[in-house]
Amino acid sequence: MIIELGHFALILAFMVAIFQMVVPLVGAHQNRPGWMAVAEPAATTQFLLTAFSFAALTYAFVTSDFSLSLVVANSHTAKPMIYKISGVWGNHEGSLLLWVLILTLFGACAAWFGQNLPPTLKARVLAVQSSVSVAFFAFILFTSNPFTRLAAPPFDGQDLNPLLQDPGLAFHPPFLYLGYVGLSMAFSFAVAALIEGRVDAAWGRWVRPWTLAAWLFLTVGIGLGSWWAYYELGWGGFWFWDPVENASFMPWLISVALLHSAIVVEKREALKSWTILLAILAFGFSLIGTFIVRSGVLTSVHAFANDPERGVYILAILALFMGGSLLLFAFRAGSMEAKGVFSTVSRESGLVLNNLLLAVSTFVVFIGTIWPLIAEMFFDRTLSVGPPFFDAAFTPFVFAAAVALPIGAMLPWKRAGLGRPVRALLPALVLALACGLLAWAMYTGKTVLAPIGVGLSVWLIAGAAVDLWSRTGRGGLAHRLGRLTRLPRADWGKSIAHSGVGITMFGVVTLTGYQFEDIRVAQIGAPYEVGAYEIELLAVDENMRGPNYITTMATVAVREAETGRLITEVHPERRIYPVAGMPTTEAGINNGFTRDVYVTLGDPQGTGGWAVRTWIKPFANWIWGGTIIMAIGGIFSLSDRRYRVAAGAGKARNTQPEGVPAE
Amino acid sequence: MTRLAALLIALVVALPAAAVQPDEVLPDPVLEERARDISGGLRCIVCRNESIDESNAELARDLRLLVRERLVAGDTDAEVVSYVVDRYGEYVLLRPPMTGSTIALWLAAPVLLLLGLGLSVAYVRRRAKAEAPAEAALSDEEAERLKEILRG
Repeated sequence: MIIELGHFALILAFMVAIFQMVVPLVGAHQNRPGWMAVAEPAATTQFLLTAFSFAALTYAFVTSDFSLSLVVANSHTAKPMIYKISGVWGNHEGSLLLWVLILTLFGACAAWFGQNLPPTLKARVLAVQSSVSVAFFAFILFTSNPFTRLAAPPFDGQDLNPLLQDPGLAFHPPFLYLGYVGLSMAFSFAVAALIEGRVDAAWGRWVRPWTLAAWLFLTVGIGLGSWWAYYELGWGGFWFWDPVENASFMPWLISVALLHSAIVVEKREALKSWTILLAILAFGFSLIGTFIVRSGVLTSVHAFANDPERGVYILAILALFMGGSLLLFAFRAGSMEAKGVFSTVSRESGLVLNNLLLAVSTFVVFIGTIWPLIAEMFFDRTLSVGPPFFDAAFTPFVFAAAVALPIGAMLPWKRAGLGRPVRALLPALVLALACGLLAWAMYTGKTVLAPIGVGLSVWLIAGAAVDLWSRTGRGGLAHRLGRLTRLPRADWGKSIAHSGVGITMFGVVTLTGYQFEDIRVAQIGAPYEVGAYEIELLAVDENMRGPNYITTMATVAVREAETGRLITEVHPERRIYPVAGMPTTEAGINNGFTRDVYVTLGDPQGTGGWAVRTWIKPFANWIWGGTIIMAIGGIFSLSDRRYRVAAGAGKARNTQPEGVPAE
Repeated sequence: MTRLAALLIALVVALPAAAVQPDEVLPDPVLEERARDISGGLRCIVCRNESIDESNAELARDLRLLVRERLVAGDTDAEVVSYVVDRYGEYVLLRPPMTGSTIALWLAAPVLLLLGLGLSVAYVRRRAKAEAPAEAALSDEEAERLKEILRG
């Protein structure tokens, strides 16, 4: 019964979405307040109906209702509860339902928090947002219905892909979707502004928090996915330039560009049409990402739920929305004249450079990702484009951006000289060079890029600190420290996020440049040294049972080689999930601030003993630490006073004047 | 019953072989280093998207052994790679070769960067020369809203 209600609610939501797509748009065109106002309750209703539908599906998974074919294909009674829940979105139909749930949530949020928007703009934004939901509701209901019943329900299910039964991956898709779908808000604002024919500073201010939120979720989602790959795939890689990873990376890069160009629109009323274009493209890349993941057209290590035929529908949705909005852009972009005037050396120019590098690097990732398709279709060549290509083609952009970032971030608006920021950054420069030289001295011959990367990441981190400090003005130390605490949160957010970039970069270059590996047959009770550590295989227990798997678990002691002090015992495992008939490896990792000791268990050897691989991975955790710091920077920026006011949520009136944003 | 079934299945499903096995490692560390570099650039053709260095597949192991065999026989890195490509096609190369149509792939980024740089410079220079437009006066409606916002 609940299932039928959920199904019915989904159909109702589809109807409401069609209504919300048409009526407010006509209302805005003919200036009928009643027709425009209807968008708000419609958006709320749409969200509540979809949420009910999603809850019904979750209920089916939690109670293991095997009369639903989706539950049979993706669940099992013996599965732990958390994976029963995450199983809801661990498949094509359920993940699409999650997608529209988030889409309608964003629509509803725009309705709830958008009291400050002019009524016509608001009506148009909600209508455009709803048109995206219409497309996806239709897609779900007509091709991928999660509520399909079975005539003869089996006794038990076929279990979820074991690789997905992991805490990191359980919450990776929802975050990623929050990011992907969050960019739909930027898209709706862009299209609404094109229909409206007007982009001004206020528009930049409205669109920015949505982009910031989407970017924040994408950052967390990508970080979780990369962390999962690191400990689950068994050799400690964190990024593979895999099509599915690239699919999430492209919207991330574009959203970073959009975040920055929207600042120029907000502060200086320049780069207007470019920002609109970026907003359209950002969502376009989200749709492309969905297409790549859902269609399985490109082979990937992450493809868990795909179906080529359904890919065609997503391609059609993509063509419709991108074609339509770009056409509109072509007609209307000319009317957006820039107002702000700025000299060649200025914050504006710095942000133009930022956008150029980000846009071209997105293009590099894009063309590398789809090139195998192009080569096959047009040149009849079957070839691969793998990590070596991306490393070679993408890295220069990262390095160029890293060189320019601290200087650009400190340039004043309108008119600037390079002298002042460079003088202020001198200590950061010296520190960066010193660290780069130190890294050079420890150079292992693996890659020349490592010492350069170390220098650049220190330059980024120190540069962010200098930037923040320079905001405190002049005066005594105590005075400046006091000022520091009263700086606008946006300033803090900027410096925190920029330093997060440096920290992630530091982790990436040190891990790739200085990691150390050992492969051998380890006998039980025979210790051996790996770098500064002593590793000893203490025991291997075979055929142990987990809740829904069988495991071979080793106990490995990690000691300091010099003193013989026991640091920890780790437990690398090899699991088999009998229902899915699939093996997985679980690495034994000793996490540390300066290094991870990463141990995996291989085959038993004929001569006795087990194959054991050990890695010393320097600063591995900095990669995800930096991601978290970037996200924290985003949260700071999002909580800045001017967005609370702009979003209409700042009901609490501060009598005390807070720090006014510095620019 | 289910316990028994699970055990039976466990016996049937082979445990995964970890990527590089200890018995594959060459005694000469220099040769081994070269072997690892080469196999990191060769795609495992039965896998989803992994190099033979990372893959657990049986075929990847065969290829790793083949690479090491050729190295021990005295081939240069390039010879080893072309030996593999001759047998499996250019699909195995994770770094697409810069030949024919693939030149477009490699040149796409630098060309676009130059183009974008040209456009950006033109835009910035236009902005630098432009006269600051007279600030359009706010309409009554806008002035009202501004007041409201400032009060908020």
